[in-house]
Amino acid sequence: MVFDVLLYIALGICGLGLMVKVFFWFSRKIGYKADAFTTSARLVAAVKGLAGIFFSLKIFTLLKVFIDILFQIHMLKENPLRWLMHILIIWGFILLLLMHALDDIITMKIFDDYYSTLNPYLCLRNVFGAMVIAGLFLAVWRRMIIRVPRMKTNAMDFYAIIILVVIIFSGILLEGMQIASPSVFLEMEEEYAALDDEADMRALESFWVKEYGLASATVKEPFDPEDIEWGQELNEEYCAYCHASNKWAFTGYATAKLLKPVAVGLDHAGALNFLWYLHVLACLFGLAYLPFSKMFHVIATPVSLLANSVMSRETSSPANTITRQIIELDACTHCCTCSLHCSAMMASKARGNPYILPSEKMVILKDMVKGKKLSPAQHGAIVEGIYLCTNCDRCTVVCPSGINLRELWLSVREDLVQKQGSEPMMLSPFSLVRGLNRNLLSGEAYAKPLQQTQKALAGEFDEITRPDRTVALQEEADKKWLLHSDDTDFSCCFGCQTCTTVCPVVKNYDNPSESLGLLPHQIMYCLGAGLTEGASGARMLWVCLTCYQCQEHCPQQVKVTDLLYELKNKAVQKLEN
Amino acid sequence: MNQYALFLGCNIPVRVKQYEVSARMVLKELGVSLKDIRQFNCCGYPMRNTDPKAFLLSATRNLALAEKAELDMLVLCQCCYGSLKKAQVLMAEEGDLQEEVRLLLAEEGLEYNGNVKIKHFLSVLYHDVGLDAIKQKIAMPYKKLNIATHYGCHVLRPSRVTEFDDPVSPSLIDALVKVTGAKSVEWPLKLECCGAPATGIDDDLSWNLTEKKITDAKAAGAHYVCTACPYCHIQFDTVQQKRLSDNKKQDALMPAILYPQLLGLSMGLDGTLLGISDNEIDISDVISFLNEE
Repeated sequence: MVFDVLLYIALGICGLGLMVKVFFWFSRKIGYKADAFTTSARLVAAVKGLAGIFFSLKIFTLLKVFIDILFQIHMLKENPLRWLMHILIIWGFILLLLMHALDDIITMKIFDDYYSTLNPYLCLRNVFGAMVIAGLFLAVWRRMIIRVPRMKTNAMDFYAIIILVVIIFSGILLEGMQIASPSVFLEMEEEYAALDDEADMRALESFWVKEYGLASATVKEPFDPEDIEWGQELNEEYCAYCHASNKWAFTGYATAKLLKPVAVGLDHAGALNFLWYLHVLACLFGLAYLPFSKMFHVIATPVSLLANSVMSRETSSPANTITRQIIELDACTHCCTCSLHCSAMMASKARGNPYILPSEKMVILKDMVKGKKLSPAQHGAIVEGIYLCTNCDRCTVVCPSGINLRELWLSVREDLVQKQGSEPMMLSPFSLVRGLNRNLLSGEAYAKPLQQTQKALAGEFDEITRPDRTVALQEEADKKWLLHSDDTDFSCCFGCQTCTTVCPVVKNYDNPSESLGLLPHQIMYCLGAGLTEGASGARMLWVCLTCYQCQEHCPQQVKVTDLLYELKNKAVQKLEN
Repeated sequence: MNQYALFLGCNIPVRVKQYEVSARMVLKELGVSLKDIRQFNCCGYPMRNTDPKAFLLSATRNLALAEKAELDMLVLCQCCYGSLKKAQVLMAEEGDLQEEVRLLLAEEGLEYNGNVKIKHFLSVLYHDVGLDAIKQKIAMPYKKLNIATHYGCHVLRPSRVTEFDDPVSPSLIDALVKVTGAKSVEWPLKLECCGAPATGIDDDLSWNLTEKKITDAKAAGAHYVCTACPYCHIQFDTVQQKRLSDNKKQDALMPAILYPQLLGLSMGLDGTLLGISDNEIDISDVISFLNEE
């Protein structure tokens, strides 16, 4: 009765949660195109898309991916150890769920001879439990002991491990306690054997204590061999037809052996009840909380894998891409495979910005689509994190959940730079891919963040370089921003202007001074005069191709290009502080 | 022949796959063995504008990984090459930044002691394989094919760092082109920037530079511009194609062919396998210049 009530409550919460989550798939917004579609438009697009697939050859692609999901082939290719961990946990758990948790609904219907205390069921239940334990051991090993670099563990990862540990170990303890429990033995004896004779009772109990892991207050070792022999015969007669040897329940049997010294006391204290509640409540809590936890990936990840196998940028409706990207956020299991391979991983370390790593971007994106307010520092860090990406696609290639991270970054990146307005990383080769995809945007939307970034980096350049303004010349005391010790040789510049003459950027403009603010030789003058503030605002710096013509041709061997780099670094640093 | 750690960088595996494929095929034919180090990360080049520490740490980690594998690096990309060479020079100096990089690498269980040689793919062909060995493999030399060789800035300059070729009158790529039977034409803008570094930052500037170069190459009578860098290739191939389709123009001013594609075809390797059709602008016509010997 209590169990039924609890079960229905848990199922209710889980069901409602699933409905809400699926509703969010269609209502939450992500990416720069999200505002163009309403929830209903996205639902309609999804139905159309699904119909299109079911009535086409793509249905076979879905079947192939389904098999991939069952055996996690994607993960096997990437990381065999992680595959082993995951396959042990999922198959151990699924089989326990089907054979043990749902035994009266499934197993009994399929197998007439099912009895939880008979083999092979008794043994299999333990095999499946042991599989989950082995998988959990590997999970803890990977996350907490060998500490794979860049594999971050957050509260949800802990929850996922803990809930499984509680479910499995409470189950094993419960089984161990049942095996050792004198009260359970007595109950079974009364029901199935109903022995009148005390000597018979003693013989059977002795046999169970010796062979089946039972704890007893009445019989003690050493046993009379005759008692054991007689007990065995009684066991054969009354018990064996529906109870195999407890040794087959190897995890429970081992636990019973461990519990033996205290089992009688625990039994009196109601340990069986306690463990039963612990096990059942843990299972039901896991069920009710599933839609809101990392465990929701058991639904979202297969959906993501299936959706990605039949979708592409060219053929799919943009509305469906938005929906898929929301699903992908749920599909991410924070396994960090992406971050282990991220090409920009060292930038994350050097800049102390975790959001450069794809797995951590996913965590904060989940918060962002929920509408959680981020601090300005967090917001700046995520914009930088999403822009400081070499677009090498490794994350997309290795993601075991099949998440199309490439497309996700593309759409979220644009949304964020449009909202933030400026991001210094935009004025670097990281912009190559944005440039190659410029046709996705209107001319104005494409140019605006670039202009705003240049403006932000220019600082007070216009003010400083006003012709009527007097500037005080002073040698800069702190030269720490220079990379090389001999970079100060800009003071050797004798003003021949070769750097400017050979510069292809300068050559590109009819009126270079107007277009570029300062020309390379003027920037060198500025450095000589200690006017780095003024120099770092010149547009020349930010369109410098770093082709090194100036530096190569300088008769005084001033490191012109390197100095331009260092001025840029300084300007970015100033803007960030 | 030596074994090298192949450094692909980030662009090639996604945007210029045919460069990797064709380079591997050609190197295999010439007996150069390659090892893939999956842990390699970004060379640091795109970070040089914004963060010296991120640049130096990224670049040096790759050097440390190659050093750990006791292999020299074979680099396909000019910009990766320039960045790694620059990092090598910087790491030979003492300073706070260098010290910090060493500490951060130690956290990863890595160290770099300057025991790695960084070589560009073309340098390996020219110096380690040698023109004679290449010549022996040429099965179908080109006839009447005019090539405009494009060096790419970051292998040439700053020459004191890159140590690739004479920065003012380089000849390495020209020699490698000539060995295939093709003619290397003289073109005034040969050593200029392709424009790629400004793509995404100032597209007009970037395209102006590209357009000037290809116009110049065309005027010099070239059939193709020959590239050996993903950035340059993207600029001449992908960006040019996008500009053409934006302006609804049919004919490309100047198609680009990757050096290993050019070489591979004359070695008699299969054009499809060399990724000839993966170029955005059609270069299938190059086959018509091949001649059986």
